[in-house]
Amino acid sequence: MAPFGARRRILDDDHPMTAETISMSRPPAARRPLFRRRSALPGFGLTLGVTLTILSLIVLIPLSAIAIKASSLSPAQFVAAAFSERAIAAYRLSFGAAFVAAVINGVFGVLTTWALVRYDFPGKSVVNALVDLPFALPTAVAGIALATLYSPNGWVGQYLTPLGIKAAYNPVGVTIALTFIGLPFVVRTLEPVMRDLSADVEEAAASLGAGRIDTILRVILPALGPAWLTGFALAFARGVGEYGSVIFIAGNMPYKSEIAPLLIIIQLEQFEYANAAAIALVMLGVSFLMLLIINAVQAWSRRFS
Amino acid sequence: MTISIRSVEKKFGRYPALNQVDLEIADGELVALLGPSGSGKTTLLRTIAGLEFPDEGQVLFENEDVTFASAAARRVGFVFQQYALFKHMTVAKNIAFGLDVRKGKDKPNKAEIARRVDELLKLVELDGLGKRYPSQLSGGQRQRVALSRALAVQPSVLLLDEPFGALDATVRKSLRKELRRVHDATGVTTIFVTHDQEEALELADRVAILNAGRIEQIGTPDEVHDHPATPFVCGFVGEANRFEGVVSGQRFTAGPVVLAAPNAPDGEAVAFVRPHDLVLDAAGFPARVERVVIQGPLANIDASLPDGRRIDISVARDEAVQFTGEIRLSARRTHVFGV
Amino acid sequence: MAAARARHPTEDPVWAKVLIIGLMLVFLGLVLILPLVAVFAEALRKGLQPALEAIGAADALAAIKLSLITAAIAVPFNAVFGLCASWAIAKHHFPGKALLITLIDLPFSVSPVVAGLMYVMVFGLQGWFGERLIDHDIKIIFATPGIILATIFVTFPFIARELIPLMQEQGVSEEEAAVSMGASGLYTFWRVTAPNVRWGLLYGVLLCNARAMGEFGAVSVVSGHIRGLTNTMPLHVEILYNEYDFVAAFAVAALLCLLAILTLVLKGVLEIAQPDVKRGGGH
Repeated sequence: MAPFGARRRILDDDHPMTAETISMSRPPAARRPLFRRRSALPGFGLTLGVTLTILSLIVLIPLSAIAIKASSLSPAQFVAAAFSERAIAAYRLSFGAAFVAAVINGVFGVLTTWALVRYDFPGKSVVNALVDLPFALPTAVAGIALATLYSPNGWVGQYLTPLGIKAAYNPVGVTIALTFIGLPFVVRTLEPVMRDLSADVEEAAASLGAGRIDTILRVILPALGPAWLTGFALAFARGVGEYGSVIFIAGNMPYKSEIAPLLIIIQLEQFEYANAAAIALVMLGVSFLMLLIINAVQAWSRRFS
Repeated sequence: MTISIRSVEKKFGRYPALNQVDLEIADGELVALLGPSGSGKTTLLRTIAGLEFPDEGQVLFENEDVTFASAAARRVGFVFQQYALFKHMTVAKNIAFGLDVRKGKDKPNKAEIARRVDELLKLVELDGLGKRYPSQLSGGQRQRVALSRALAVQPSVLLLDEPFGALDATVRKSLRKELRRVHDATGVTTIFVTHDQEEALELADRVAILNAGRIEQIGTPDEVHDHPATPFVCGFVGEANRFEGVVSGQRFTAGPVVLAAPNAPDGEAVAFVRPHDLVLDAAGFPARVERVVIQGPLANIDASLPDGRRIDISVARDEAVQFTGEIRLSARRTHVFGV
Repeated sequence: MAAARARHPTEDPVWAKVLIIGLMLVFLGLVLILPLVAVFAEALRKGLQPALEAIGAADALAAIKLSLITAAIAVPFNAVFGLCASWAIAKHHFPGKALLITLIDLPFSVSPVVAGLMYVMVFGLQGWFGERLIDHDIKIIFATPGIILATIFVTFPFIARELIPLMQEQGVSEEEAAVSMGASGLYTFWRVTAPNVRWGLLYGVLLCNARAMGEFGAVSVVSGHIRGLTNTMPLHVEILYNEYDFVAAFAVAALLCLLAILTLVLKGVLEIAQPDVKRGGGH
């Protein structure tokens, strides 16, 4: 039998390892490397070093420059610059329009994703590719195109004017531009989740007697919730900071249709660097907050998967 | 190549993966590291390979400290759980990789590499498949490619991580024999990780049983099966009925169950009885047969004790007729461990 | 047999399909398709000749050249960064990994205008290094280096966030196998890792390039809008538009549209040929 043979082989070994021989033959321990080896794969120190260096030089240090510049203001000056009436009007427009645009995208993004994932229709692949157009198209191009379309004598604008809707050069125009910018965020965040929704769950709901509407409202939409919220937050965050596509269609009237990023540029052109930094700091604060919210939503949604 | 693991410790964050592990492996041995998932067996294998590095302790190859040496410097052949074949290279290129990466005079010439690849393909019975890509092979064939790739560098030790884990039952059995054959043909010291006790007991010269980062027992397959050193080994290797009770005067009692416990000290204890160690005995404890299942030459009997607990009995098929209604049982052999 | 086919429980009724697809097409038409059509229509309003002349104008050619130079530096830079970051993050364990990934993503949530502003704060006349740069006659703000820096910032995460999940998914065992057989780190990277991530890298490069050529806000802050010198294509479009030279503005815009369409086509082809590359990362 194999086990017996095996045992004999061990006993017959030229160097039987008894407790004594082990202690006598213990070789000197290898010198510990200066940095404990963590991984068998090489290049960790180098690549992490390069990553952190570039990240610091390109992102972290320049970002801190804004905080440092803004801190050259006294608290009263900071409030005067960052929360002047004109600045507050600009925030209200940037945040408000970004919110409305994200809501619009939230609704039509779900419809679009649903159609792309569930239905077959002619030209589907073209529609699918077009959804990413806002990622690929320079924002300035989108800006002048939308301004031309929605201006009072533009292709679309001429039909809106008789209805009393003034789209371009108005907060409505800002919202239109931000809707363009935000659409792919909602669709591309929802798409993988909707694709992974297994048919079983819907079939199970149907087999339990739920009607189609019930199934959609009580089974499908709740499952999309976290992804929808993430897409919404991404679209909103992008909209708040958006500049290129907005300035052409906004009209840029102080207190009325002037977005926050534009106000930064105006301050900069007047050489009010610290004031520009103060407004930028407020916007950065909101960006970080949005980032935290998005991360929290994603951590929360992971609990369900 | 002898391998010694001395007091090795390894933590992942706060979780101790290896806890004071000592292991001696003789030249030419085929050793199995057996344990449930999370027991540290793969970490131990990767520590031997130079793919993980311990926090404390030493790894010796032929009495030389290689604790912090790279995998390449140790000349190990490693077969990964999912094989880790290079998808974009042919089978022949995969096998030749370890020779291709050599530099200068260590690097064999092209003809030599081709010859070695052919030899290895023959050894694992894959002749003629050198030009295929891994995606064009079956699971069993991929496993053989991984094995011959690891052997191509003529490793001082061959390490396999769950080598048969991803295969279906029939392929698994034939590859097991194949690994033994390759091991015997090459004589290379071999260590493999498995969670399948049947695989470990059938294939290995010695089995190391791991649990929660510690080695519970090292021994030949019959040693660990017949003389388990700890309750864990007894429960993990082979089938066993487990009873919690008390030893008093060399007798173990757990409710209606009374078992002989020679040499066991008095006090609380757990006892294990293998299903095939239970026999009919008019002087034994009572049980009632609930169901008899014939499995080939064996009969597995599902019986209940007066307090409602279930026990498993395993006997030769011919003897099954005696197991009906109320019976009395005793154990030919009992493993008793103090608590 | 003309019996009505029973509808599968997960299938929507036809009226719902028609309604949803219809609403989607109206919405996408108003927001995406019409603007695209409008660009070409406006560019060709006076025929092909004026449009081509606008693109061939010296200032336009200078802008095209600057955009190409910017992308040619920013994209490889971010590719090298992305490869380094993904190797460190996806192939190794270390504390603070999640924070590092978040920091790499940060430029996505910073307004491009703020991005431009911060480089002005560092390198501008009033900035940290402003005086020293003047002393050495180095111009970063209102010059090409500033444009490149701002472009690198806004496209910073594109390639890294394409590669990190891809490499994480592929695990480390192929690399460990190569290293255990004696391959060096670089050899392992080129022969084992690179072939596995090349399509993902290409995908990231594609998206990064589109954004690099098209960035407006950040570049606009640091450029100074000097015609023929520090104008990229999108900035040139803005100047022409603000000068009411609509045909020229839309002609250059149409060129950028063609680039965007080419990007989308290549992206679509890549997604069909290599479904692995698509992981919803490239915002």
